[in-house]
Amino acid sequence: MKNPFFGSLADFARGRDEGRFSLEEVTAYFLDRTRALSGEINACLSVNDNAINRARQLDNRLRREKAPSALTGYPLMVKDNLEVRDMTTTCASRILEGYRSLRTATSVSRLLSLGAIILAKTNLDEFAMGSSTENSAFGPTRNPWDPTRVPGGSSGGSAAAVAAGLAPLSLGSDTGGSIRQPAAFCGVIGVKPTYGRISRSGLVAFASSLDQIGPFAVEAEDALEAIVAMAGADPLDMTTVARDPEEMRRDFSQTTLSGLRLGIPSALFGDGLDGSIRERLLEVRKALSSDGVREEEVDLAHAAMGINVYYVLATSEAASNLCRFDGVRYGFRNSGTGSLREMYEETRDKGFGLEVKRRILLGTFALSAGYQEAFYRKARKVQALIRQEFLTAFSRCDVILTPTSPTPPFAFGEKTGDPLSMYLSDIYTITANLAGLPALSVPAGTDKNGLPVGVHLIGPPWSEGRLLALAREISRQRPAEMPRVHAMHGNAPAGAGGRK
Amino acid sequence: MSEGTPLFRGYEVVVGLEVHTQLLTKTKMFCRCENRFGASPNTLVCPVCLAHPGSLPVLNPQAVRLGLRAGLAAGCTVNPVSVFERKHYFYPDLPKGYQISQYAHPLLSGGTLRVRTSAGDRTIRIHRMHLEEDAGKNLHAGIPDKSHVDLNRAGVPLLEIVSEPDIRSPDEAVDYLKRLRQLLRATRVSDGNMEEGSFRCDINLSVRRPGAPFGTRVEIKNVNSFRFVHKAMLHEIDRQIDAVEAGETIRQETRLFDPSSGTTKPMRSKEEALDYRYFPDPDLPPLRVEETMVEEERRAMPELPEHRVTRLVETLSLPLADAETIVGEEALAAYFEEGVSLLEATPATRGDKGRERWLSLVLSEVLREFNRRGEGVLSGVTAPSAVVPLVGKVCSGDLSFSQAKEVYQKAVEEGVDPLAIVSRSNLAQISGEGELLSLVEAVLAENPSEVDAYRKGKDRLFAFFVGGVMKKSRGKANPEKVGEILRAKLGSPSS
Repeated sequence: MKNPFFGSLADFARGRDEGRFSLEEVTAYFLDRTRALSGEINACLSVNDNAINRARQLDNRLRREKAPSALTGYPLMVKDNLEVRDMTTTCASRILEGYRSLRTATSVSRLLSLGAIILAKTNLDEFAMGSSTENSAFGPTRNPWDPTRVPGGSSGGSAAAVAAGLAPLSLGSDTGGSIRQPAAFCGVIGVKPTYGRISRSGLVAFASSLDQIGPFAVEAEDALEAIVAMAGADPLDMTTVARDPEEMRRDFSQTTLSGLRLGIPSALFGDGLDGSIRERLLEVRKALSSDGVREEEVDLAHAAMGINVYYVLATSEAASNLCRFDGVRYGFRNSGTGSLREMYEETRDKGFGLEVKRRILLGTFALSAGYQEAFYRKARKVQALIRQEFLTAFSRCDVILTPTSPTPPFAFGEKTGDPLSMYLSDIYTITANLAGLPALSVPAGTDKNGLPVGVHLIGPPWSEGRLLALAREISRQRPAEMPRVHAMHGNAPAGAGGRK
Repeated sequence: MSEGTPLFRGYEVVVGLEVHTQLLTKTKMFCRCENRFGASPNTLVCPVCLAHPGSLPVLNPQAVRLGLRAGLAAGCTVNPVSVFERKHYFYPDLPKGYQISQYAHPLLSGGTLRVRTSAGDRTIRIHRMHLEEDAGKNLHAGIPDKSHVDLNRAGVPLLEIVSEPDIRSPDEAVDYLKRLRQLLRATRVSDGNMEEGSFRCDINLSVRRPGAPFGTRVEIKNVNSFRFVHKAMLHEIDRQIDAVEAGETIRQETRLFDPSSGTTKPMRSKEEALDYRYFPDPDLPPLRVEETMVEEERRAMPELPEHRVTRLVETLSLPLADAETIVGEEALAAYFEEGVSLLEATPATRGDKGRERWLSLVLSEVLREFNRRGEGVLSGVTAPSAVVPLVGKVCSGDLSFSQAKEVYQKAVEEGVDPLAIVSRSNLAQISGEGELLSLVEAVLAENPSEVDAYRKGKDRLFAFFVGGVMKKSRGKANPEKVGEILRAKLGSPSS
């Protein structure tokens, strides 16, 4: 849903500088819309009480001086596993209910320093574990295109917020597809940058070696600007890489379709791929071919093992990362009268949801003495093969094209009873995390039911600019439709219990 | 097994030691909180060392340098790539639920330390040294039904130093620990303060008949002083030999030393051992040590204790035992050497005589006060610059050595400059011929029968006369001059 003020970030900056609107009225518009749709979409877990104040302050400042950045005053929503000082950061978990952050994530603070305005924190699968946002302890988010369907996950709240026009820009985190799959389900652009591009400091870790923060937007250029703003080495995160973010702007403006080599791993387009998604993919390929893009068949034989490798590595790291939620220093504690051990057990049993507990158990098992060789270590070896396979493929092509998700958005409850089929939602996206590669999902029309379909682009390390340039062309060929969402009182979807 | 291996009730003791030493960094291992002992609980903490969600570890390069320095000092090989891993267990003093520690790939491998006991000199091999972080402290005392936790120590950098099982007796174990601590102090890697827990030791011990394969080892934890190391080992040796002689098998287990009873008690068996689920910490890239950093540390290496002992013996002719005593305390050694250079700077005190008196003063008075009162006595009014002039007065004959010792003692007690005490108490030594002569004559007149006996050949009485004169002068007479005058007065005893 387009807002009445601007169509893109550049348009916003012009309107702001020309005085077409005040930041206060823009901010108030999005906050009102967020509140009005909170029942229908449930995209947000908390609203920033200070947003209007900040907009006013910025308005005052802009009367005296020029805006330092296009992003000055731009409204933003942030996934609730990213820390914003003095706001709650719940990760959609009971164990962190009411927890207030002591610091602001580096990614967010870089946007704030340019003048962005945080509107709200968005819903997610608990600790970013899930593909539907049904695992939120505070009720699921609904897909703005069809409130009986999931928005995808885990960054479902951030994707739905942009699709429903609650904010023009939002941030998510992507460990196995958690930005790209909900972007596809909600019909927006979602980008997972190269591992090490954006600091993870202030992102509550799910799987540290796979997590990356990235944006949701309608326009490719808006996503680019958000990434450029957040990118670069951070002394608080030793896994960041010093790489000039301006390089992405250059690639974005200089990449041309003519002669671009598009890798097609056709072996991956077999069983389980939805018919309309296959059709949209073919249309995109056809349109790109007519613009001079050359197709190259690429072999990603090990990618088929991606799901297996991912659910060993990601759960191992998650089991470790979540050890700190022990009820001792902060967050939920079930003290009771029992021993220390009972306190730990009760706190973690009542504080964590089912899927989180399932993954902690899987990960603990995969790292156990006697099993580590067969699981964790073997998975690391296959991960290295997958990485190598991609690098080999990128000697023959510039970008690899796949579907984002094998299916269109599914209905609430459809996969909650079958974790394995839920895990398969990420079959196309997971390998980019395992190989540390940048990837994005861009809308490519709708399926037979009018639900959005996304296509997925994977590039070599540091090629975000090129990927976004290609996404811009795909969007040009097929201007993104937006769902028409009006405030109304729909029925609560099935799934986890509502917030109240 | 060498000739000199000591046996205990016919058994050989095989010991390996694991030492955890806190590094003298300004800040903690993975955050920039101050690394300091003794602050109020939970005042040196931040989101990283409290393991708040979203926080990430950032390696302290100073800790890496200090680790390198310790390793180079012990002749270790620096591994160009080492890996931080996570060691998991739940305990309130461990905020993240895992400790970051190097496991499969340590910073340093190999190395040696020379030990010297009554059984002779031996080389103990060091297996490895690796970096890790300390845990906090649980506080149980004085709080009924409740435990509190202080996380000031959580994240303080530690170097774990693991020896090979080369140690063969409690004496050797204690000497190894003393020399290791000395090395860490000399290189400014650690303050080695055992009371404050910055130097801690776990003992791995087994017994066997000479020539037999290694016995089952038992780990002893919570041994917090050299005395306790000795005691815990003696107890454990007896316990294991008793068990073997009774036909029992030794269980592989971890035991806790109980200082109040001097015994070890079971803590957990091998079967109860925790599964730590080590895996490389994805937040910390592999640690790559550049050769230039190693070279910098090698060049900046201060003189090592072993070399210092040799130098003191060879250039200052110190007896080996005295040199070891002095070098055993880093601060004392610096004190001694500063004094030596001050003595050398003045013609009157230059040479063997002044140095011998200085050594004697340091080893007796200064060492005693240092042990009793700590490092404070090595500076201020009893700094070398203030105490060396006392030795000067002894050399010039103005003060007897025993007077100098008394003055030093008073200076320490009262916090007053030694020379001020000398002038205040009119301690100047009596060296004047006339005054001494009258003293000597008085003593001889008071003891006619002893004079008679001396002249008849009882020459041992000479010291009696000297003592009499010294007493009469209240210690102020110059004993050498007194001897000269006495000899002249009494003549040689007839034989």
